[in-house]
Amino acid sequence: MPQIAFTPHLRRFLDVPEVTSRAGTLRAALDDAFARNPQLRGYLLDDQGRLRPNMVVFVDGRRSADRVALADPLRPDSRVYVLQALSGG
Amino acid sequence: MTTNTRADRAWVATRKGLFELRRQGEAWDVHRVSFLADPVSMLLPPQADGRMLAALNLGHFGVKLHASDDEGASWTEVAAPAYPPQPEGAEGPAWTLQQLWSLEAGHAPGTVWAGTLPGGLFRSADFGRSWSLVDSLWSRPERLGWFGGGYDAPGIHSICPHPERPGEVLIGISCGGVWVTRDDGATWSLQADGMRAAYMPPEGAGDPNIQDPHRIVRCPSAPDVLWAQHHNGIWRSGDNAQSWQELAAPWSTFGFAVAVHPGDPDRAWFAPGQADQCRIPPDAALAVHMTGDGGGSFEVVREGLPQQHAYDLVYRHGLAVADDGDHLLMASTTGNLWSSGNGGRGWREVSHTLPPVYAVRFG
Repeated sequence: MPQIAFTPHLRRFLDVPEVTSRAGTLRAALDDAFARNPQLRGYLLDDQGRLRPNMVVFVDGRRSADRVALADPLRPDSRVYVLQALSGG
Repeated sequence: MTTNTRADRAWVATRKGLFELRRQGEAWDVHRVSFLADPVSMLLPPQADGRMLAALNLGHFGVKLHASDDEGASWTEVAAPAYPPQPEGAEGPAWTLQQLWSLEAGHAPGTVWAGTLPGGLFRSADFGRSWSLVDSLWSRPERLGWFGGGYDAPGIHSICPHPERPGEVLIGISCGGVWVTRDDGATWSLQADGMRAAYMPPEGAGDPNIQDPHRIVRCPSAPDVLWAQHHNGIWRSGDNAQSWQELAAPWSTFGFAVAVHPGDPDRAWFAPGQADQCRIPPDAALAVHMTGDGGGSFEVVREGLPQQHAYDLVYRHGLAVADDGDHLLMASTTGNLWSSGNGGRGWREVSHTLPPVYAVRFG
């Protein structure tokens, strides 16, 4: 089943263990994660449900380009990494 | 409206944390730091029951709101205001919370108003546990005429509840003028008549809907009196924003911050900058403009402030006066913090090593 891992930077604010999901799309897998931890949603998505501008998601090593629908298909053995872009000072 | 604005405690919201300051005599010291390394864009000081709020802007992870029941000793994350689903094809900025820029307590216990970028006003009846967008303002067609000032999107930076009339609230928007409700948010009127926008074509300079009041404060003891530091000048209203009169300051009328004496509506302080296109203190020498006669004349106060190579900018919420009218704090983008114990006639350095400061509040 797809596995979802989150940037360790989130651990400053939330408990973010890896999530195993039966979902077939990135959006559905994230919804699984949000169901277990509702607070996580606002850290990854904005008010309209879009991926926050400085967040990035890799699915099986490829950067997800669909930041709105998050419709990337997942395979049973997919690995998803939810990471943050580097910025700031 | 029950803020306990004690004069011996203050809160400094910075780019890298929330600093609680305590005063003994005239000496201020950092008592506690919360949210170290996280940007704190605004706070609501402890109310009479000890409850307070802190707004964070975590960048990657968005805007967060934290509540404390014990005057900042411990914090719990609560729901940040969220915009409703954006209708397809809706004009204007995205319906996404970019920043919590102002927080003020309302009259009813637990009522809090929150001003945001991109221009939405939110209201909570349970001290920040849940929020609703004030749709009566967000739906005004004039909103699409607002634009950003300092940020790309318009934002509500000033919320001035009327201390005697529940249901009456005035807000200031960069750049969206001055709006007032007298029926607890059911309807709103635009009340920036008399302001002048030098950044517009001549025919649009008097349009009240695009004025850029950088900061508006209301005198608690004479609530018909309002002071505004505008993008291109200083304005005062003596009739509860029915009209605004421009005032001439001796040195520079550019700046962001203004504070008004709680018991004397004619006494106010400003932190002038050189100009829109040169955002440093005039001649790189920091000063405070002080008037005691309603803006008829201004005194330039320099005592205790750096007069050489000072490049501090005092943001909108970076100047505050305590309820006693004697104690003030002023803090800057370069992490300097100064205090006054004599009504702003002289200043002393509290720290020159803080992070960039977004807001200072007593209480």
